[in-house]
Amino acid sequence: MNVLTDLIQWLTAPEQWSGPDGIPARTVQHLWYSLLAAAIAIVIALPIGIGVGHARRGGLLAINLTNLGRAIPSLGIIILVFTLVGYGVVPIEVALVAIAVPPIVTNSFVGMRSVDPEVREAAQGMGMTGWQLLVRVELPIAMPLVMAGIRTSTVQVVATATLAAYVGLGGLGRYLFDGLPQGDLSQVLGGAVLVAVLSLLTELVLGRVQALVVSDGLAQQSAEAAVGAKVQKAA
Amino acid sequence: MITFESVTKRFADGTTAVHDLDLEISKGEVTILVGPSGCGKTTTLRMINRMIEATSGRIVVDGQDVRQVDPPQLRRGIGYVIQQIGLFPHRTIAQNIATVPELSGWDKRRTEARVAELLTLVGLPAEVLDRYPHQLSGGQRQRVGVARALAVDPPIMLMDEPFGAVDPIVRSRLQDEFLRLQQEVRKTIVFVTHDIDEAIKMGDRIAILQQGGVLAQYAPPDELLARPASDFVADFLGAERGLKRLALIPVSAVKAEPGPTVSPDDEGERARAVAEAFGSDWVVVVGDQRKLLGWAHVGEALERGRVGQATLRPFLLQVRAEDSLRAALNAMVQSHTGVAVRVSDGDRYEGLVTQELLTREIT
Amino acid sequence: MTDGPPTLLAAELVRWSWIGDHADDIRDALLQHLELTGLSVLAGTLLAFPMALTAVRWPRLYAPILGFTGALFTIPSIALFILLIPFTGLQIWTALIGLTIYTLLILVRNMVEGLRGVDRDVREAAQAMGYTPARQLFQVELPLALPVIIAGLRIATVTTIGLVTVTALIGWGGLGQLFITGFTLDFTTPLVVGIVLSALLAFAADLLLVGLQRGLTPWARTRGS
Repeated sequence: MNVLTDLIQWLTAPEQWSGPDGIPARTVQHLWYSLLAAAIAIVIALPIGIGVGHARRGGLLAINLTNLGRAIPSLGIIILVFTLVGYGVVPIEVALVAIAVPPIVTNSFVGMRSVDPEVREAAQGMGMTGWQLLVRVELPIAMPLVMAGIRTSTVQVVATATLAAYVGLGGLGRYLFDGLPQGDLSQVLGGAVLVAVLSLLTELVLGRVQALVVSDGLAQQSAEAAVGAKVQKAA
Repeated sequence: MITFESVTKRFADGTTAVHDLDLEISKGEVTILVGPSGCGKTTTLRMINRMIEATSGRIVVDGQDVRQVDPPQLRRGIGYVIQQIGLFPHRTIAQNIATVPELSGWDKRRTEARVAELLTLVGLPAEVLDRYPHQLSGGQRQRVGVARALAVDPPIMLMDEPFGAVDPIVRSRLQDEFLRLQQEVRKTIVFVTHDIDEAIKMGDRIAILQQGGVLAQYAPPDELLARPASDFVADFLGAERGLKRLALIPVSAVKAEPGPTVSPDDEGERARAVAEAFGSDWVVVVGDQRKLLGWAHVGEALERGRVGQATLRPFLLQVRAEDSLRAALNAMVQSHTGVAVRVSDGDRYEGLVTQELLTREIT
Repeated sequence: MTDGPPTLLAAELVRWSWIGDHADDIRDALLQHLELTGLSVLAGTLLAFPMALTAVRWPRLYAPILGFTGALFTIPSIALFILLIPFTGLQIWTALIGLTIYTLLILVRNMVEGLRGVDRDVREAAQAMGYTPARQLFQVELPLALPVIIAGLRIATVTTIGLVTVTALIGWGGLGQLFITGFTLDFTTPLVVGIVLSALLAFAADLLLVGLQRGLTPWARTRGS
């Protein structure tokens, strides 16, 4: 297994761990692209998803948005924006935000809709204003699904940020796109492994955040199954 | 305290849920809205706190037209309990009950004290305070729902089939406790149910509604049962209307018959005479200080010579002044004697309740 | 997709003459795209079915299968393709296997959820009526699980259509080739064409599958909650 030993050698070599081409630097760049896009996406998508869910209108679009979002060819968008705007963070951010928004919208919408009608009825009957209903009742109850949407979205963003390197930006994708033309398999594989690990870590960390943020009183439910069920019913 | 003036509710699809309703709900009473499905009882209820807006007509609560008050404001002063309760799953029981106090700006100490007070009031143990709704049973959740509605001590409570979602045993217990509670707090309660027996049990006054939201009759339970205003009402009350009425009248309302009484020392002959006068083949044996000893066959008393020497049989079912005539009827049909014996403290004999007396009372 | 002074940018974004000149290449790219999508979705479906049945039959296997597939799904697609290269080289197999794996991940989960979602009462009734396990599966459970399964098929297909473009980085790509062309030539027209066509393709596939779902499940036509 020459490939494997070469890979391990590459990963553990000290040059890899320092300097602007080192793993830490690239990781920071990668996370920077990702978290910036995730933040922007949250700012855009949460109000839309929550608003549509609270007002109970426009649901069909909200539900199908995720599916449409999957069709976005991120590579194409990155290259297109790059060609139009030139070098910089804009191309990658546009593409990343575009793929990050749909899952958050859909999940937030479904989360808001998952609030039992009698809970809303009781809350209104007790004299809560629309705003109080939203903030004190609907949002906390929708939280598991909202967080699931943010998780899915962020993990996808971290994965796709790999492509930033294709247009010459930084991030862990550099190891892939520098290594491929050079035929440097260890570098390429190393990059692939690193991105994979980063994605997994993101998923795990956000899972913990979700557990912390969500009220203990809310029943455990497979968030994806719930979203899936709603999407399928709406079709 | 709550007045409906020509209130009508027509929905967008053309159905008339409530038709020109005039109703006066008195303060401190439990008013029941009852009727078959589609009669508009829930719609009527929900117009009081403006969860539904009336199409025409006026609803006046405590002297004020409800349309003149901002709905959230209006609702904070009215307790609202619905069938599925709608407890907030993401909040503990304590937080759930504290909802309206919080909304009304109470300070923490006052709220905590009130929550503890309410818990005792509805009969729940302090341990449930930190639990979440999904950890409680249906009956417990129902009680939390009531506690939550009572939190700021609103003068009016609206209840929509509040005990509908639990099994009959729990429901009966909740109803009894609710009545006990109402004795203490004396609120103005508007209560919706489809169950006429629940209505009769719980209500001070009952409004029977017909399909399309038409008021069929509005009267206290006894009057309703005695004089139904129409065939619809009579049908709705059910075939056993007479029995239902009996359930409402206490034994004390009827003057008990003295009955064929003898003492254990009396001769058999005396027993025969007394029984003949009364028209039975048995006598009631009463001892010192009117203590009830049982009953005995006249024939046996004659044989043995003295009443006390015959077999004294016990009255297995006895009624007291506060029991209902229905209980008396129940005792009657299960005894060879065909009457119900009424006693008071210390087994003191008060008299007999006969079928004649029952019939006279309800006709 | 365009936002800016229409005449100037539009004129720059799409040079129609280029499209005319390269219509053959575009068509070939589209065909390759369809080929890659179709083959991997088909393979994924065929493989997912036995895996799903296994997970349903032995529920203890489900959690680990779910965990494993979930983890695999987190891996960026380009990384997965690259990790396959040592094993399959730079041939079409790399692309196909990678794409199939992703399809598999989505489909297994949906098939299991769909089958498990069949009302227990329905299953019991079927069993009590004397259905053999095999017939029950095919005649009762699968039809009822179909909506969820096809929802998964929709997701898998649309995702795959997107992923195929990424395979351009390892030499294939379908419409993704147009992206490479656009990048190397610093020319927006092929990029726009590629994006629009793949979006349309995804949209069309989605509609087709929704139609299929509606057609196969006439009993679900009344809107539920």
